[in-house]
Order: sequence, then structure tokens, then C-alpha cells
Amino acid sequence: MSGTAIAICIILGAPLVAMLLSGVGPRPRVGEIANLCASVLVLIAACPLPFVTAAPLTYWDSYLVVDRLGAWVLLCTALVYFLASVFSVGYMRLMHHPERLPTFYALFAGFAWTMLVVPLMNNIGVFWIAIELTTLVSTFLVGYEREAESMEAAWKYIIVVSAGISLALLGTVLLYWGGSLVLGPTYEMTWQALRDVASRMNPLLLKLGFLLVLVGYGTKVGLAPMHTWLPDAHSEGPAPVSAMLSGALLNSAMLGIVRFLSITDAAHSGGIPRYALIVLGIFSVFIGALFIVRQEGVKRVMAYSSIEHMGILALGFGFGGPLGIAGALYHMLNHSLNKSLMFFGAGNVMRRYGTKEMPAIRGVLREFPVSGVLWLAGAIGITGAPPFATFLSEFMILRAGFADGQAWAAVAMLVLLVVIFVGFLNHFSRMYFEDRPHQPATGPRVNTWGVIPMWLALLPLLVLGVWWPASLMQLFGEVARGLGVSP
Amino acid sequence: MLATHLDPLAASWFSLIAIASMLLSFVMLGSRWLKNYLYAFGAQSWLIALLSAMVGYYGHYPELYLIAVLTAFFRGLFLPYLVLRILRRLRVDREIHLSIRPSTSLVIGAGAVVFALIIAYRIANAVGFPQNIVVLALTVMFTMKLVGFLMLSIRYEAISQILGLLVLENGIFLGSQILVPGMPTLIEMVILFDLLVAVACFGVLVRYLMLHVGSTSTLQLKKLVG
Repeated sequence: MSGTAIAICIILGAPLVAMLLSGVGPRPRVGEIANLCASVLVLIAACPLPFVTAAPLTYWDSYLVVDRLGAWVLLCTALVYFLASVFSVGYMRLMHHPERLPTFYALFAGFAWTMLVVPLMNNIGVFWIAIELTTLVSTFLVGYEREAESMEAAWKYIIVVSAGISLALLGTVLLYWGGSLVLGPTYEMTWQALRDVASRMNPLLLKLGFLLVLVGYGTKVGLAPMHTWLPDAHSEGPAPVSAMLSGALLNSAMLGIVRFLSITDAAHSGGIPRYALIVLGIFSVFIGALFIVRQEGVKRVMAYSSIEHMGILALGFGFGGPLGIAGALYHMLNHSLNKSLMFFGAGNVMRRYGTKEMPAIRGVLREFPVSGVLWLAGAIGITGAPPFATFLSEFMILRAGFADGQAWAAVAMLVLLVVIFVGFLNHFSRMYFEDRPHQPATGPRVNTWGVIPMWLALLPLLVLGVWWPASLMQLFGEVARGLGVSP
Repeated sequence: MLATHLDPLAASWFSLIAIASMLLSFVMLGSRWLKNYLYAFGAQSWLIALLSAMVGYYGHYPELYLIAVLTAFFRGLFLPYLVLRILRRLRVDREIHLSIRPSTSLVIGAGAVVFALIIAYRIANAVGFPQNIVVLALTVMFTMKLVGFLMLSIRYEAISQILGLLVLENGIFLGSQILVPGMPTLIEMVILFDLLVAVACFGVLVRYLMLHVGSTSTLQLKKLVG
């Protein structure tokens, strides 16, 4: 067995074992440890994958594929899974029902597993199923706290997302039909097969299929105006779950859109697919900006910020070119790290103050001298300010916009980013520096387990912000080439 | 493609089944009794199973017989049974709050058919298969999609929303049987299984809704806004 095959076995096996152990383990500790071990193993296995994979490798009757793009998304997912597993050790002990912790860890590992499966899927139909599975498992994590609000969020999530991605299924069927008119009634519906046949496919069918897929998976990505489930689901689940939803799940759905985009690119089917992606991206950033400014719930701000960042990713891939793709891939990693950090901080603060409402959270620095600073630094990073890596990636995407001749979109993005910067930091300056009399914070405090992952997320962001490894740039170039973009 | 060289008898059978399932989705749209939805859904699934078997027979796809049996069993018997159990436990039997009267929603549904027909014509002509059966399959597929979305947006009972989702997928299933009967069997089987898991999840969720929100009407779900 080659190294890659072993890595795949670990990535797909470890979370399953952790899920079983957490489910049958007699005490919550078993789940904690199993999850932690699994996430470390997955991270170790996933780290080298994007760099060592040369040509796409297929396994298991070509149902599994390892290519650079998928391995990159896999790496982002593994990172968030690891950070969230560390964080949940400290955080979940503060929850009220210790007897339900084994269920939590089993679901958590299962959710991680479904997300790790998605980037490896080579068959478009199975890819759709994997995405649907992530929804089904994570619904129960969103509703884990079993309050009226979290049940509402879970219901909205499963209904809106399932209805949305049924459109993606329709698009998939139409694309398969289009392919079958060229290749004959039965063929393996892999990404590569469709890419090869795309130029001979009926252009109308191709465009229609792509637009349906874009709306379908766009619902899962949380692109506006299909984003309505996202703020609720991301704000009502426990903090580690929010981090996984935001930092990992959205990327995997975005991967689907990117792969379909490369199919329409292969057919040179004009600007409509890219244009649609750019418009959705701008609209998402706009909605994000609008709601961040007037938001009161601390996790809801983070959720709207996720919509914004997914909009930026959509813009990056929509602008395309080596620069746009590199920026978007880089931004994917940065957003995963940064948003995890933000949700961890929000979770810590929410526990301590016993509320989700920002107006009741005052004097954060006094309560959290260390992790408060980390959270604030993260807030500066998430708005795309230097010296953090998000600044670099957003800057690249902007440049790609100008290079692509979509200056209007780049300018709009820039203006909206400034609005978001002001709105976001306005919330934080109030929470940190306004000293209005408030009820004393009496909630439990998260122990070291809740602070370590914040360091682990912030340091790479800072390092990648000032030093850009050449191997990353090379990797992004290779991915762009794999997507059919020549430098 | 199978649909282009069908003998006339098979083509008329396929059309009949497609139209009948479309009408059944209108039965769901026009009624406010949850049990009627359920029976209509069950009947629709049986029709789709029949269609799979016939496509298998006329197109020589023996694996479609298996799909037909599975469809009939899962979608025609097991899913309705699961939903029926939820219905019994919840003791809800009809939509109490409707945002649009059933008659109005039927008219909107009729509009959806016309819209779907226009789209289907354009696609079928662009692809170069203006045969009736292709147009019809596309029309029914899009219509059931639109009717499903309509049901999702005008019904408030949790059960009707689940059924709305199932209608969305029934439409795709029906269309894909006629248009792409050669689609790999594994995919269809996994999608069937996936639906089963989905409905099981919905069942659990509905019970929690009842327990923690106190009702299964999604009108009660309005705490999270903005």
C-alpha cells in the first residue's frame, strides 16, 4: 500500500473508531480522548497530502479520488476538527448534561467523518449523498442543547438545506443526461469524465445544470440569498460545533461548486457561470456587512461573518485565474483557522457571562486577560486587517478581480469590507473598552483546554501573514493548473 | 437514448404514469388533511416503482427491477408507514393555518405546470429531442419540483414540510427514470437509503420539536430572526 492509501485509511478510519468508542464508552472521558486521538491522527495523515499528491489518484473502484484541491480542503477540515476537538474537552465539561456527552462525542466524530469523506468523493452522485449526510448528522449537533431556539435552528437547517441541495441533485441529473447524450446511457459519473465530455455537451444543458448546482450547493455554502439557515444554525449549536460548521463544512460544499465550475470552464461556456458566482459572492458580502453592523448576538455576528467570507471565497473562485484561485484557497485556510478562533472565544465569553447578547458583555479584558487578547487579535484578523494572513488572501482576491476586468466587483468588495471592518470592531470595542455597569460575570470559566486551541489558531495566522512559504504558492499554482487554468 | 426510440405503447404508458403522478402531487396541494398527503405520496411512489419496472422491461435494464422493488418497498410502504407513525403519535390530522387557500394554491400550481412546460420545450428543442415523452418527463420533473417548493412555503405543519421535501425528490426520481435510465444503480440505491435516513432524522426531530417547542407547527418557530 502506498503512503497516500495509508493516509486515506487513517483519515476515514480514525473518526469512525472514535465514534464507536464514544458511543459505547462507559464515561464521557472515553469520548473526549478517542476524539482527540482521532483528530490528531487525521491531522497528521492529512497534512502532507496536498503537497505529496502529484497527479490525481483514484482508489476503490475509482469512487475515491485524491487530488490537490480535495487534499487542501481535507487539510482545512482536519485542522478545524483538531482545534474543535481540543476545545470541546474544556468547553463541553461546562455543559449541563454530562450524561449526554457520549452522544455528543459520537455525533461529533461522525460529523467530522462525513466532512472528511466529502473531498475524497470522485463520483458526482456520491458526492451529493456525502453532502446530504453532513446535514443529517450535524442537525442533531445544532439541536444538541435542546432548547426551543436550538430546535428551531435545527429544523430550519435541515429543511432549508435539504430543499436547497435537492436542486443540486436535479442539476446533477441534468448534467448526467447531457453526458449520456455523448457517451451513451451508462458511464461512470466522475468529475474527470464530465470535464472531458463538457466541451461536447449541449451548452444549454451544461449551463442550466451548473446554475442549479450552484444554487443547490450554494445553499449549503450559505451564499446569500440562500443563507437564511446559517445564522441560526451557527449560533445555536455548542461553540465547537459552530466552529466545525463554519470553518470546515462550508468549505466542503464550496469544493463542489469549484469542481462544477471547472467542468463549465472546460467547455468554455462563456461568462454566465462565473458571473453568477461573482454576483452571489458580492450579494453575500453585502448581506454580511448589513447584518454584522446591526447584530446583537455574539455568535450571530460570527455567523454573518461566515456568510461574508464565503462570499469572498465565491468571488475569488469566480474571478478565477491563478491569482484568484490561489487567493481563494489561501483564504479558505485562513478563514478556517480564524473563524474557529472566533467561535472558541465567543463560546468562552458566553459561558462566563451566561448570555449571547453583546450589550450584556462588557469588560472582556478584565475577565479574560489572556484569551481576551487572543480573541481581539482574531477579530482584527477576521476583518482582513494586517498583519494577519486574511489580509494577504483578501488582497490577492481583490487583485484578481482587477486583473479579471471585474473592477466593479472588486471595488464593491473593498467598500463592503471597510463597512464590515468598522461594524465588527465597533462591537468589539464596546465589549472590551466600554465600562458600563453590568451584572457581574458569574458563569463558569473555561480551563486551559479552551485557551490552547486559540493559540494554535492564532499563531499560524500571524506567521502566514508575514511569511509566505514558497511551497504553498507552488501548491496553489498546481491546483490552478488542475482546474484547467494556465498561469 | 431510450426515450427517442420507444414503441408507441410504451411511450403512452410512460406518459400516463408521469401525468398520473403529477396529478397526485396536485392532490397533495389541494388537500388540507395530512393523511391525504400521505396516501397521495404513497401512490405516487408506487407509480414511480411501476415506471422503473417498465423502463427496465422496455429498455432492457434488468437492474431497474431491483430499483422498482426497492422504491415500492421503501418509498411506497416504509416511508409512509414511518410518517404515519409520527402522525399517530402527534395526533395532528390537518393543517390548521394555511397562508393560501387550497383552491388558490391549485391555481398557482397550474401556473407552475405551464412554466415548467415552457422550460421543458426549450430544453428539449435545444438538446434536439423534441419528442413528447422527453418534454413530458422534463415537465413533470420541474412541475413536481415547483409544487414541492410551493408546499414547503405555504404549509406550516412539520409533517407537510417533510412530505414537501419528499415530493421534490420524487420528481427527480421520476424524471431520471425516463431520461437517464442507465444511471449507475448504486447511486439510486444509495439515494433511496439516504432518503430513509433523512426521514428517520426528521422523525426524531419532530419528536424533539413537540417536546421542547410544544407544537409541530412551524409557525411557532419564530424566535430566531435577523
